[in-house]
Amino acid sequence: MNGSEYEGLLARRRFLSRCSGGLGVAALAHLLGIEGRTAEALGPNPLAVRQPHFAPKATNAILIYQSGAPSQLDLFDPKPGLAKWAGQSLPGSLTKDLKLAFIKPNARIMPSNRKFRPYGECGTEFSDWVPHIGGCADDICMIRTMYTEAFNHDPGALLLSTGVTQFGRPSVGSWVAYGLGSESRDLPGFVVLGSGKGPNAGSNIWSNGFLPSVYQGTRFRSVGDPILYVSNAEGITNELQRARLDTIRDLNEHRLERTGDAEIAARIASYELAFRMQIAVPRLLDFGSEPRHVLDSYGIGRNPTHAYASNCLLARRMVEQGVRFVMLTHGDWDDHKELEKGHARNCEIVDRPTAALVQDLKQRGLLDSTLVIWASEFGRTPMAQLDRRDEAPGRDHHPDCFSMWLAGGGTSAGRVVGTTDEIGLKPVEGRVHVHDLQATLLHCLGFDHERLTYRHQGRDFRLTDVGGRVVGKLLA
Amino acid sequence: MILTETIEVVRPSVDGNRRWLRLTATVLSALSVAAATASAQEPELPPPVARAVDFGTDIAPLLEERCRACHGPSQQMQGLRLDRAAYALKGGYSGPVIVPGDSARSKLVRMVAGAVEGKLMPPAGEPLDPDEIGLLRAWIDQGARWPDDGRAAAAQEPAVAARPHWAFRPVERAEPPQVSDTAWPRNEIDRFVLARLESEQVAPSAEAPAATLIRRLSLDLTGLPPAFREVAAFASDPSPDSYEDLVDRLLDSPHYAEKWARFWLDLARYADSDGFRGDNFRPHAWRYRHWVIEAFDRDMPFDRFTLEQIAGDLLPDRTVDQHVATGFHRNTPTNTEGGSDPEEWRFEQVVNRTNTVGTVWLGLTVGCAQCHDHKYDPLTQEEYYRLFAFFNDLEEVDVDAPLPGERGGYLAALPDYRRERRRLLEEHGVFERKPSWEERVLWAASNPGVSAEWDVTFDELRTYVNLGERIIRTPPDRRSVRHEKALTDFFVREYRRVLSKEEYERLGYDELSKQLAELDRSLPPFGEAQAVHLEERPRQSHVYLGGSYKAPGISVEPGWPSWLPPAVPGPGQLTRVDLARWLASPENPLAARAIANRIWQELFGKGLVVSSEDFGSQGDRPSHPELLDWLASEFAGNGWSWKRLIKTIVMSAAYRQSSDARADLESRDPMNELIARQSRLRLPAELIRDSALAVSGLLDTRIGGRSVRPPQPAGALRMGAADDDDWPVSRGPDRYRRGMYIQYQRMSPYPLLSTFDMPDTYESACRRGRTNTPLQALNLLNDPVFLEAAQALAVRAVTEFRGGLADRLHHAFRLCLARDPEPSELDSLQTSWHRQRGILERAPESVEKLFAFELPGGSQLDGAAWVAISSALLNLDEFLTRE
Repeated sequence: MNGSEYEGLLARRRFLSRCSGGLGVAALAHLLGIEGRTAEALGPNPLAVRQPHFAPKATNAILIYQSGAPSQLDLFDPKPGLAKWAGQSLPGSLTKDLKLAFIKPNARIMPSNRKFRPYGECGTEFSDWVPHIGGCADDICMIRTMYTEAFNHDPGALLLSTGVTQFGRPSVGSWVAYGLGSESRDLPGFVVLGSGKGPNAGSNIWSNGFLPSVYQGTRFRSVGDPILYVSNAEGITNELQRARLDTIRDLNEHRLERTGDAEIAARIASYELAFRMQIAVPRLLDFGSEPRHVLDSYGIGRNPTHAYASNCLLARRMVEQGVRFVMLTHGDWDDHKELEKGHARNCEIVDRPTAALVQDLKQRGLLDSTLVIWASEFGRTPMAQLDRRDEAPGRDHHPDCFSMWLAGGGTSAGRVVGTTDEIGLKPVEGRVHVHDLQATLLHCLGFDHERLTYRHQGRDFRLTDVGGRVVGKLLA
Repeated sequence: MILTETIEVVRPSVDGNRRWLRLTATVLSALSVAAATASAQEPELPPPVARAVDFGTDIAPLLEERCRACHGPSQQMQGLRLDRAAYALKGGYSGPVIVPGDSARSKLVRMVAGAVEGKLMPPAGEPLDPDEIGLLRAWIDQGARWPDDGRAAAAQEPAVAARPHWAFRPVERAEPPQVSDTAWPRNEIDRFVLARLESEQVAPSAEAPAATLIRRLSLDLTGLPPAFREVAAFASDPSPDSYEDLVDRLLDSPHYAEKWARFWLDLARYADSDGFRGDNFRPHAWRYRHWVIEAFDRDMPFDRFTLEQIAGDLLPDRTVDQHVATGFHRNTPTNTEGGSDPEEWRFEQVVNRTNTVGTVWLGLTVGCAQCHDHKYDPLTQEEYYRLFAFFNDLEEVDVDAPLPGERGGYLAALPDYRRERRRLLEEHGVFERKPSWEERVLWAASNPGVSAEWDVTFDELRTYVNLGERIIRTPPDRRSVRHEKALTDFFVREYRRVLSKEEYERLGYDELSKQLAELDRSLPPFGEAQAVHLEERPRQSHVYLGGSYKAPGISVEPGWPSWLPPAVPGPGQLTRVDLARWLASPENPLAARAIANRIWQELFGKGLVVSSEDFGSQGDRPSHPELLDWLASEFAGNGWSWKRLIKTIVMSAAYRQSSDARADLESRDPMNELIARQSRLRLPAELIRDSALAVSGLLDTRIGGRSVRPPQPAGALRMGAADDDDWPVSRGPDRYRRGMYIQYQRMSPYPLLSTFDMPDTYESACRRGRTNTPLQALNLLNDPVFLEAAQALAVRAVTEFRGGLADRLHHAFRLCLARDPEPSELDSLQTSWHRQRGILERAPESVEKLFAFELPGGSQLDGAAWVAISSALLNLDEFLTRE
C-alpha cells in the first residue's frame, strides 16, 4: 500500500466513524428531512434538550382540548341575567356584528339550569356540573373573556392549535418540541391522547406543518395499538424482533460503509429508537404500580370516566418521563340540541379525572413546572338553538366571549381574569385573544413568542401569526 | 355586575321593547369600555379651516412628510399613491379616497381623523392635529385642486430597477460551454455540469454499476423495481445501445404513465375526499387521475396538457375527456360544515385555484398577494385579483362521462328506471307536496328567524346540495334533470324537519328515501366526472381588501402580471383559454423553467433551483442557471414532450454517476450542489409499498381505475374525525394495487402515506419531504401488509429456486435489491437465518402464525425462518432507497 492510498483509507475511516458514531450534521439534516441553513441552525441533534429564551416557569405542558365547544354559561361563567331575559330576542344593535353559525339573529335567550357556587378560598364560581374542577379553584386561573375569529369547528380548532384558521401550519406542541427538544430517550417529545369522538380538524391539530417531522405529535390511540404499529406483528416475539433488527442493522452498517451515505446511520438510529419505544410504551401503559386510591381518584376502572381518566393519568406519567407536551382531546361537546343531556354526560366524564390530574400533579410537586390548560375552539351562545319544536334546545357557536382556564406552570392561582356582560354575550373588560393565550403559554415555557420562529418559503413563521401579547394578569 | 342596577329599576310590567332599549344602552356603554373601537355614533370631524388653501404650501408638504413613505413611488400600500394627482384622485384598492368638494365623505380625511372603525392614519408617529385635518378638509372642499406638472414629476421618478429578477427574464438558450475533458460528456447537459466542476477542480463520479443503473432507471421512470431477469440481461448485454434501449423500453412501459402521473397529482393537490369535518368521499374524483395517467401514457404535449386542464370546458367541440381534464380545478378542499357560509367557501376555492396555478405554472407563491401587495416580488394585490378573476366565474358541475361499454346498458335501463321513480314519487304524494314546500323554503329565505325548522331547511339546502340555492330559485320547468333530482331527493330526506314525527311516519318518507336510493343503485353504472364550466351570468371581480370576501374594493378584469411577457393584449375580456395558452407558451419564461426544474428534481432528488415552489426573490437561485435555461428551451423546443426531456436527462453522464458519498466533498459540497455525484433517495410512500408488493409477487399491475381501500388497523380512521364505516375494505386483487390508487381521505390518510411524507393535498405540493422517523420503522416492521409481503417473498424463495440455503438467500437478496450480495452480506444473512430458525424452534406458535403453509422444498419451521429473513430484507435501507 503506498502512502496516498493509506491516507485515503484513513480519511474514509474518519468520515465513516463520524457517520455511524456521532451522527454528523448531514445525517441529522436527513433525519430531519430538512436542508441547508435551517438544519445546521438546529444543531447536531434535533431532539437534544435545548434552552428556551429565558428561564421558564414551566418545563412541560398538558393542553386539554375539549373539542366541539363546551358551554361556558353552564360550566364556568355564572349569568343570572340569562334567567332574567329568558325568552327575549336581542335587539338588532347587539346582533348586527355577531357571527352565528346556525341560529338567526332573533333567537331567544336561554337560561342555564345550573346552580353556581363559590369554591376554595378564592371563591371562584363553578357550576354543579363540575364540582371536582371547582375543588381545584385555588389552583385555577379562570379566563372568562376569551375570543377568537373562527365560528366553525375546524377553523376554530386550527386557530387554537396552530394559530391560523387554515390547514398546513405547525401545531403548538410541535413548536414546543422544536423549541425545547425532548428529555425522554424512549418516547417522543409531543404526544397526543384522545377519547370520545375524534377532535375537530383531525390530525391537523397535532401536525408538524412545515417543521421537521420529528416534531409531529405522536398519537396514542384508544383502539388497537396505542401507537400505530408499536406492537410486533402477529407471530413475532420480542426475541425474533431483536434478531430481525440485528440483521437489519448488520446489513445497513455494511451498506453505510460501502456508500458512505450518512442517511443510513440515521436510519439505524430510527430503528433503534423504534425498538426502545416498543419496550417503553407498554411499561408506560401498565398502571400496575399505581396505588388503588390514585386510580380511584381519577375514576379509572369505572364508567363513564375510564377512557378519559386513563388518558389523564397517562398524561401525568408521560410528564414524569420527560414528554414535553401532551395534548389531550375529548369530545364531542357540540350540543346544538339537547344540551342538557349531552353536557351532563360529558361533564360526568371529564369533571373528576381532570381535577384528579391537577391534584395529582400538585401532590407530586409537578404542578409548579407543568402548565395545564383547559381549552376549546370557542364557546356557546346565550341564545337557544331550537331547530324543531319537539326537541330539547341547545346553544350555537359563540366565538366572541367564552371561558378557558389554566393551572400550574407559573400561572396566577385562584384568579378570575376578565368580566363579561350581563348575559355573557361580550367581554366587558380584559378580553384575551387565542393568540394572547398562545403567547402566554410560550412565555410560561420560556419563549418570546415573536422569536420562536422557523423560516419557510422565504418568511419567518411563528405560532401567533401576526398577533399575540403575553397577558400579565394570567401569570403568578 | 355593571348592568344590574340599571336593569333593576325597570318594572317587570314594562313592555319588552323599552326594557331592551335600556339593556342595549348599558351593554353598549359597557362595551365601549372594553374596546375603544366600539362606537355607536359618528365621531366629529375637525372643521375645515376658513381660508383659501394652497396645495403647494399647505397640502403637498403634509402628504410628503406623513404619507409618502407608504403611499409614494417606492411603496403603495393598499394600492394608494399620494404623490401624484392622477394616482391620488384615482384612489386605492378600496376605491377613491378624495371626493372633491366633499371632505366629510373623503376616506383620506376620515382615515386621518380616526373616523373609520379601528383605523387611524398615519399608523406611526403623532396623529395629524385638528388644524392639519382642517387644511385637508378645506382643500378638498375647495375642489381638491392639484397642479400636477407631468414632466417635472417624471424627472423625479426613481430609476426602474435596472434588470429584472432572473426568473422573470426571457429564457436564454446558451451554447453549452467548452470543457477540457471531452470524453466524459454524453450530451449537452454534461457540458454545463462539467464546466462548473472543472472550474471548481472537482472530478465527476464514476458511472454507477449496471445493477444500480437499471434499478435507478426502473424506479425513476416506472416507479417499480426491475425483475431480476431484466437485471441479468442488462448487465450482460455488451451492446453500446443497451442503456438507451433500456430507457426507451421503460419510457414505453404503461407504468411510466403511473409514475409521472403521481408526480403531477402532487402538484394538482389530488385527493379522494372533501377535507374538513365531513371529509365526504368523492366517488368520481378518480376520473381526473385516470385522465392524467392517460395523458402521460400518450405523452400529451405540455401546452395541450395545460390547456385541457385549465380550460378544457371552453374548447370548441370539446370532448368528454377534455371536460374531465378540468377536474384539475375540482381538487380543492371543500368545507360543507353546517353553518358555514357558502360564499365564503366559494371564495376560498377560487383563492386555492389561483394559488395553485401560481405555484404550478409560475413557480411563485402568489398567495401572499391575496391580502396585500407581495412584499418581495413585484406582484401587486391588484394583479393577484386579475389572475383570480380568471377563475371567479367558474362553476362546479358533475358531468356524464360514461366509460367504454357503459352507455348501452344504462340507456336500455333508463326508461324503466324513470317510470319506477315516477311511480314511487307519485305514490307518496311528492308532486303534490313539494311545490308548497318549495314556496315555504323560499319564503323562509327572505324572512329568516321566523321559523327555525324552515330556516334550517334552507341552510341545509345551501350547504349540502351543490348549487342548492340556485336550483330552488330556478323555476321547475327550467331546471336540469340532474338538478331536479337533487332537489327532490333532498325534499324526501329533509321534509321530516317541518312535520311532526307522527305525520312524517305516516307519509313513509324514510322508506321512500331508501327505495329511491335502492333504485339508483339498480341502474347500471354510468360514469360521471367532476368538472367545471362557466357560470351563466358573468361575475365582476374586485380587489378584495385584506383578502376578505366581504370587502370588495375596486373592480378588476382578468389578466396576468404586467411584468411578465408578453403584455396582456388590449382591454378585451380575456378567458381561461387565453390564460392557458399564455401559461404554456414559449414567451412565458416561468412555466418552462418551473417544469424542467421539477423534472430534474424528480431525477436527481433536488432541483437546480432547490425551492421548486418559489422562483421569486425569496427563493433559491439556480445552481446552474444556463443549464436550467437550456432545459427549459429544450422542453419548449421539442414540442413540449415530457418523454423527450426526461430521456435527454437520463441519457446524460451526470445522471448515470454513482450516488456514493465522497469523502473529498463532505465539507466542500455537502448538499451536492455541484452535481459531482448522483443522490441516494428514500423512496416516496407509494413506491415503498409498490416495491414490497412487486418483489414478493403480490402486486396487481392493472393501470388506472377507481381508488382502492386496503385494510387498515382497527381505529386508524379515528386518527381523523371520520368513522370506520367510511372504509369498506376492497376485496380480491384490489388489495394489492399500487399505492397511488389508495383512496386518499384528507382528514385521515392511509397511515403509510402520511408516515412517509405524502403531502396533505390542501395546497399544491412541489417537493416531498424525505424524513426518517421511528414511526416509519414501526410501520415497516409491524404493519401486516409488509408481513404479508414477507410471507409471499418467503414462498418465492422456497419454491421458485433450487439449491442450498446460500443459493436461495442469494436469490431472495437479488429479488429485493437487484444486485448480488457480497460474501460478507451473504454470511450475515446465513447466520441470521440460522439464529431466527433457532428462536422459532422454541416458539411453535410463532411458526404456525408466520408460515401456515406446507410446501415442497422446506419444512414449516424453515418457512417461518424465511419469513423473518424476508421481512428483514424488506426493511433494509437499500430496499427503501433508490441509489
